[in-house]
Amino acid sequence: MSAEKEPLFSSKNIKLLTEPLNDSNPITVQVLGICSALAVTVKVKPAFVMALSVVVVMAVSNVVISLLRKTVPPRIRIIVQLVVIAAMVILVDQVLKAFLFDISKQLSVFVGLIITNCIIMGRLEAFALSNKPWQSFLDGLGNAAGYGVILIIVAFFRELLGSGTVWGYKVIPESVYDFGYENNGLMILPPMALIVVGAIIWVQRARNKKLVESN
Amino acid sequence: MRSYSNTYIFVFSAIMVIVVAAILSIAAKTLQPFQKKNVEINKKQNILTSINIESDAKSAEDLYKNYILETYAINISGEKQDSVDAFYIDMKKELAKPIEEQNLPVFVSSLEGKNKYIIPVYGKGLWGPVWGYVSLDEDLSTIYGANFAHKGETPGLGAEIETKEFQEQFSGKQIFNVQGEFVSVSIMKGGTADPNSKYEVDGISGGTITGNGVDAMLKDCLSSYESYFKNIKEAMIETPIDSISEPVSN
Repeated sequence: MSAEKEPLFSSKNIKLLTEPLNDSNPITVQVLGICSALAVTVKVKPAFVMALSVVVVMAVSNVVISLLRKTVPPRIRIIVQLVVIAAMVILVDQVLKAFLFDISKQLSVFVGLIITNCIIMGRLEAFALSNKPWQSFLDGLGNAAGYGVILIIVAFFRELLGSGTVWGYKVIPESVYDFGYENNGLMILPPMALIVVGAIIWVQRARNKKLVESN
Repeated sequence: MRSYSNTYIFVFSAIMVIVVAAILSIAAKTLQPFQKKNVEINKKQNILTSINIESDAKSAEDLYKNYILETYAINISGEKQDSVDAFYIDMKKELAKPIEEQNLPVFVSSLEGKNKYIIPVYGKGLWGPVWGYVSLDEDLSTIYGANFAHKGETPGLGAEIETKEFQEQFSGKQIFNVQGEFVSVSIMKGGTADPNSKYEVDGISGGTITGNGVDAMLKDCLSSYESYFKNIKEAMIETPIDSISEPVSN
């Protein structure tokens, strides 16, 4: 049995939660999960629901795989991970269709594509398979939150500049439009999402010199 | 490193599959009533959109009750089918039947004292089904409004059929020409439609195949109602508004 029980919220455990938010952010630093970051970030509301869905899928999958880690035969571990992720995603999709129908229509195929999100499989393989359930839960939560934070930031700018709204509420007053301001149609197209992510990476690396590789 | 025997792997996989299948089945079963309700409300919203009534999920049911007065199904000869609840007709299944057996829904609404006839349409897009509702004025030729939806057309291209801009084009177009022949409304290549033509709308650049699908869908589905339209027009001629006068014998 373990000699000494680590406190639930020890500094090491808290780091699992906070590091992926900034220093090892899955999108901007680990460069995983870019695809859905383009597709669902046109408006903030769907981006938020997507981020929440990924958090649920990651947290639960991490815990399940961690609980099973001593019993999963290594030869089929990728398949087992896939089955767990797929089952969770289907559950989330069904719940969305039942209770948040309009948003599930907006997210359409992209909820199903959570299965292909590299972040989830990546963390299961790199962490959950060899760590205890509580740590795996925190790691899943942290990485999904890091992904979610980037999604919401990108969606915020794309919705604000592309539609003049935030969360569906008109934010730019009519008087600004009368002046000649127009919504930036380019912001609604996917390439702008990549550019906004690039800008975020730029800001992040300017503030945190550790992330810049030494050439 | 402990080596797992083949038996262990098989048993593990079998148990995993059974547990996952059980969980998903239970979830699907319990959530099904909620999902069905959402689909129904969405359908009502689409029908309302085809007569240019905006609604959201909360207001859809009341608005539908107020605006949609009659719902019935007809067969290919235009005869009403009384034993069918037209709202729940699954167009996909219906169109797979031989044409004599098909039950074709009609939704009747009344706006500003004038009847509008709403016809559901269903067809094939590029990646999956496309469908929608076309509402006709009392002359059963002029389109009052149209609403289209799809399952998985390409976002930004074929999926644009869901946008207001595409659907608004149909208002005022006619499906019968001046000679009374059924011509439907054709989806032309993006930007090439004749603005003066009552029988053409612009398709979507880059969404040609989806546009072709909508074009075929309109031609196929609306033509099935030709007999029914003829019956209604004849009925309207036979019973003019103040027809209480006795026939005059010469």
